Amino acid sequence: MDMLAGKVKKTSQNLDSAMNPTDVLDRPIRLTARDVTVHYGAKQALHGISIDIPDRAVTAFIGPSGCGKSTFLRCINRMNDTIEGAKVGGTIKLDGEDIYAQDLDVVELRARIGMVFQKPNPFPKSIYDNVAYGPRIHGLARNKTDLDEIVVSSLRKAGLFEEVKDRLAEPGTGLSGGQQQRLCIARAIAVGPEVILMDEPCSALDPIATAVIEELIDELRENYTIVIVTHSMQQAARVSQRTAFFHLGNLIEQGQTEDIFTNPVNKQTQDYIMGRIG
Amino acid sequence: MNALVVAGVLLVILGISYQTGWSRSRNLVTTNGVTVHSRPQYHGTFTALWAMLPALAVVLLWAWFGGDITRNYTVSLIPTDTVMSLDQMGLNNAINRINSLASGYGVTGELAPYEQAAGDALRSFNFITFAGSLILAIVAGGAGLLYARSQITARLRARNQVERAVNILLLACSAVAILTTVGIVASLVTEAFKFFTFINPIDFFFGTVWAPNNAGGTNHGQYGLLPLLSGTLMITAIAMLVAVPVGLMAAIYLSQYAPKSLRAVAKPLIEILAGIPTIVFGFFALVTVGPFLRDVGNAIGLQVSATSALTAGVVMGIMIIPFVSSLSDDILNQVPRTLRDGAYGLGATQSETIRNVLLPAALPGIVGAFLLAVSRAIGETMIVVLAAGNAPILRGNPLEPVSTITVSIVNQLTGDTDFTGPQSLVGFALGLTLFVVTLCLNIFALYIVRRFREQYE
Repeated sequence: MDMLAGKVKKTSQNLDSAMNPTDVLDRPIRLTARDVTVHYGAKQALHGISIDIPDRAVTAFIGPSGCGKSTFLRCINRMNDTIEGAKVGGTIKLDGEDIYAQDLDVVELRARIGMVFQKPNPFPKSIYDNVAYGPRIHGLARNKTDLDEIVVSSLRKAGLFEEVKDRLAEPGTGLSGGQQQRLCIARAIAVGPEVILMDEPCSALDPIATAVIEELIDELRENYTIVIVTHSMQQAARVSQRTAFFHLGNLIEQGQTEDIFTNPVNKQTQDYIMGRIG
Repeated sequence: MNALVVAGVLLVILGISYQTGWSRSRNLVTTNGVTVHSRPQYHGTFTALWAMLPALAVVLLWAWFGGDITRNYTVSLIPTDTVMSLDQMGLNNAINRINSLASGYGVTGELAPYEQAAGDALRSFNFITFAGSLILAIVAGGAGLLYARSQITARLRARNQVERAVNILLLACSAVAILTTVGIVASLVTEAFKFFTFINPIDFFFGTVWAPNNAGGTNHGQYGLLPLLSGTLMITAIAMLVAVPVGLMAAIYLSQYAPKSLRAVAKPLIEILAGIPTIVFGFFALVTVGPFLRDVGNAIGLQVSATSALTAGVVMGIMIIPFVSSLSDDILNQVPRTLRDGAYGLGATQSETIRNVLLPAALPGIVGAFLLAVSRAIGETMIVVLAAGNAPILRGNPLEPVSTITVSIVNQLTGDTDFTGPQSLVGFALGLTLFVVTLCLNIFALYIVRRFREQYE
């Protein structure tokens, strides 16, 4: 426990020195969710979630397994549409536009809101084709040179280019787990999203690969709005500026990461941070 | 009746010996309080194995050699001069008559003087040998039981021995499957070689005329494989042209688009298609599809035979659809959900996801399914017998009647066959050809599947 507190302390100091000390909520809000509910068949998975997600900052969702944090994340780019029997209520707006509106094009929405999954899931294609896939289906490149440029810059932004530049034609599935996950991040970046959702992106990785990804997330924050689901509190403390704590399908508490970890208001949040739940 | 008695006796031996071993093992634990290596079940099985195997051996030995012994005894009951006067068939007949008398069925015609006495003697011989072998089996089983029982101690590794017995049993079962295949191939090869003593292999494999002279005599006729092979390949190609697109798209619809409730109904319905006997499909081809295709052809000014490569191919394709769709559906469902999510997460539409991600990932399995379907089509017989027109002529027009390897095997082997001339022996050569073709296809399928799997995993 002492060890954890120490880590949190240290991280918050780092954050303090690294960031604007004012609450990131002062920044423009990209995503607003109001009273979002999700039912899987008869079972209610989320009970009225309301949250604002600020531009160019990392927002972390933490909470014990099955608390609904991933479910909520999947509402933001409408991935729950692909699950049979899932029903979403309430409103989620991206830049003031209801993403559950009748006439909204899901394909376009998902191009604006990219996603990185829990398990690295590169397509059974070459490294190049993995990254080029999104730009190709959305027609983002006019010619081969354009496409090459997008692929290279995406791989660079994901911090993978130097490691794979000589083997772009090799299958993406041949990379190590951490490299695969960065490939998936590059793949998401290549489409030019504004928001990147990450669903426990490090849970299948070893500590070293995790550290690399966390560093990457910190860099990506400058250009993207990032929402990350994690079950590691240390990770939330290290990478995020705002944290939301979920428990049993409810959003219990949200605020600046520093406040949540050093000074939680809610008893349940306290218990979770102290390691008494989950 | 006798078989039932034997089975009953064996079961009793099994039960008693298992129980003996089990309770002995229990006693070890309760009386000595020592650590026993194996659980009582293993000691029970161990004892049962030791009792069953000798008993079973006795029964099997009698089953193998008993027939000959009984026959020799029966012959000895017939007066020697009568035996000498009879030919093979007459002797068999005499033996059958005595057998009938012995089992109490009676015989037609007048009884020869020795027959009634021989029947009675055979009846008591049968009873004595049966009872004798049964008693011998019981004794052997009992001996095994006693031996096993004496072996049961705390340190006996009954578990390991039972495991080894299970291992051997499984090995034997797979050996049966393999040896059967080997045996079939061996007999195909030897008979095919006999055929090649009549007909030059070059004339067979490269001949373009199929005209066996079934009347016999010194002129055997011509046995060119090519007309049959071309017919087979043509029909198979047409069948695959029908089955692959329809089957694959049905699989895609079922696995990706169909709501759960529809899928629950549609999948079994499609699989029922696979359960329809092929003769029914052949009938359907002959009566419905053939005339329909002919009429359609006439309407657009094409000369189409009612029985043709097209008819047989189309119907065979319909028959294979469930094969392709069911296998492909399973394979598509095995593609990890994370891959689909990855594509959706990038903003791919459903059909883009299927075309660019799902199908490439499932490709090795799907290719395997296709090649299995091809093997099936090549070996299919009943539909082509009825619907292909049975015209073993080398030609490239699918609208005309053709014949296939399977149909020719049927033609050559039905009716009176004595397997002395090329007319019937050619069946083996054709069968061997068919076997080699499907074997090559299967090997090719395995190769494809392995190759792609290496790339993707």
